[in-house]
Amino acid sequence: MENLIAFFSDPIVTTVLLALIPLVFILVYALVTLYGEMKIAAHIQNRLAYMETGWHGVLQPIADMLKLLQKEDIIPESANKFLFILAPYLVFMGTYASFAVIPFSSGFIGSNIDLGIFYLIAASSLVVVGLLMSGWASNNKWSLFGALRSAAQIVSYEIPGVLAILGVVMVLGTMNMQTMSQLQDGGIQNWLIFGGNFPLAQKLALLPFMVILFVIYLLSSMAEVNRTPFDLPEAESELVQGYNTEYSGMKFAIFYLAEYANLFLVSAVVVVMFFGGWSSPFGSFMSGTVWSAFWFIAKGMFFVFLNIWLRWTLPRLRVDQLMYVSWKVLTPFALACIIAVGFIMVM
Amino acid sequence: MTAFTTYFNDIYRTFNSAMIGMKVTIKQMVSPTVTLQYPRAKKQMPDRVRNRLYMNFDDCIGCELCAKACPVDCIEIDVMKAPPTESLGETSTGQKKRIYVTKFDIDIAKCCYCGLCVFPCPTECLKMTDVYEFSEYDRTNLIYNFGTMSPVEIETAKMKVKLYDEGQAAKKAAAAAQAAAAKAAAAAQPAAPAAPAQSAPPKNPEPPPTQQ
Repeated sequence: MENLIAFFSDPIVTTVLLALIPLVFILVYALVTLYGEMKIAAHIQNRLAYMETGWHGVLQPIADMLKLLQKEDIIPESANKFLFILAPYLVFMGTYASFAVIPFSSGFIGSNIDLGIFYLIAASSLVVVGLLMSGWASNNKWSLFGALRSAAQIVSYEIPGVLAILGVVMVLGTMNMQTMSQLQDGGIQNWLIFGGNFPLAQKLALLPFMVILFVIYLLSSMAEVNRTPFDLPEAESELVQGYNTEYSGMKFAIFYLAEYANLFLVSAVVVVMFFGGWSSPFGSFMSGTVWSAFWFIAKGMFFVFLNIWLRWTLPRLRVDQLMYVSWKVLTPFALACIIAVGFIMVM
Repeated sequence: MTAFTTYFNDIYRTFNSAMIGMKVTIKQMVSPTVTLQYPRAKKQMPDRVRNRLYMNFDDCIGCELCAKACPVDCIEIDVMKAPPTESLGETSTGQKKRIYVTKFDIDIAKCCYCGLCVFPCPTECLKMTDVYEFSEYDRTNLIYNFGTMSPVEIETAKMKVKLYDEGQAAKKAAAAAQAAAAKAAAAAQPAAPAAPAQSAPPKNPEPPPTQQ
């Protein structure tokens, strides 16, 4: 950051440019993931998708983007205009603000604050507000249902998610995302999912609880992003498009972008917490500022792929099943793991 | 099973079934797709498939059996009986054509591709091909004109038929006039011999009763 200020010789310009780097990343990543999701979904279903534009359809996401941009932006007459227009931007803001604390590489993090993950949890709760706003302001029963279900779901899944994060914070001793990655540097055996950088006895004791916390966080993060099997708010075959129903054109594009950005955000958090962040699995081979960015993005994309894979494998959960899973399964297990982890760390 | 063991059993079954599902999907992901990329690769049609109609007009003898067989009335035929003095040629099966077919239109938009018109044709000139890509921008382009007689030929044919018919009518009139004259002459002459023939008693249909 300091040499960049020297480069541009103006701290404000540098700050703005640094703040826009994740945005560029998100835009490119959204196009790639859009293509990837459709292609993976198609091959899982034994069909081809996107073969016409460009070689095997690689130019199709650009066409999709252009299509969304030039669509007519319709605001229903009896909709609450202010909230209707504000909602998508609020959702995107909640996600994008959280990108400030994601360590993309060992040399780059937007904001190296000691409150890293705590800030992330707080900022990503803005998404709920945005969703509720969009459901209410659409003046549409179905959007309202979608928004209410979404709010209930996100609120109940935040609890096991936060408890899982608490477990990790207890083990690593810090909430700073960059430090978390640094503590897991040095090779695949130091990753927290395999026990972390601890003496062998402690490592083996921690191992099962870290795996359980990883699964708990994975499930609750999928619920946060409204991905199947937790995609009741957008239940495509039931609610038209849920809270998205009345949106068209640019606003819809922002919702869509926000969904993909959120997906990468939670994948990035999983990677930073359990899989070593930007650290290379080979230790010092293939490490460094640029290589670590590559490892981080590769691991993040693997978890995005995992999410897509799960989306096209599992059926949707009913709303009572959703609540059961959150309150009666994930939360007790998370609490039990925290108690166990606390014991292990104390001894 | 107590509620306690059911709880853990359910959790185990959830993860188990999710893993099985994921294995299935990943296997499908790497297996070949079943898509046929249509305009570039086309599916092979079976041998006796019924698609667009084709008609070999040279073989048509104008019997109109196909038009009568069609359930949606998509075949329109106009015929004229040709005078016996004209030679219209032969069909490929050696049959002599005796009828002018001035119009043979099939409205392929109405056709229901049932194939009922193919069988009655005596010369097998109507066939169903395997062509299925024949959309048009203008609906009137879907009326297929199979008749090969040009307007000039049609007029010529009509003229010939008319002349022949008039000729026939004249002959008939002459013949009728002659027959009438002959009849009148015959009626006048045998008036005398006809009279005694008339006075002869009529034959008794019943035989006379036998006397005892």
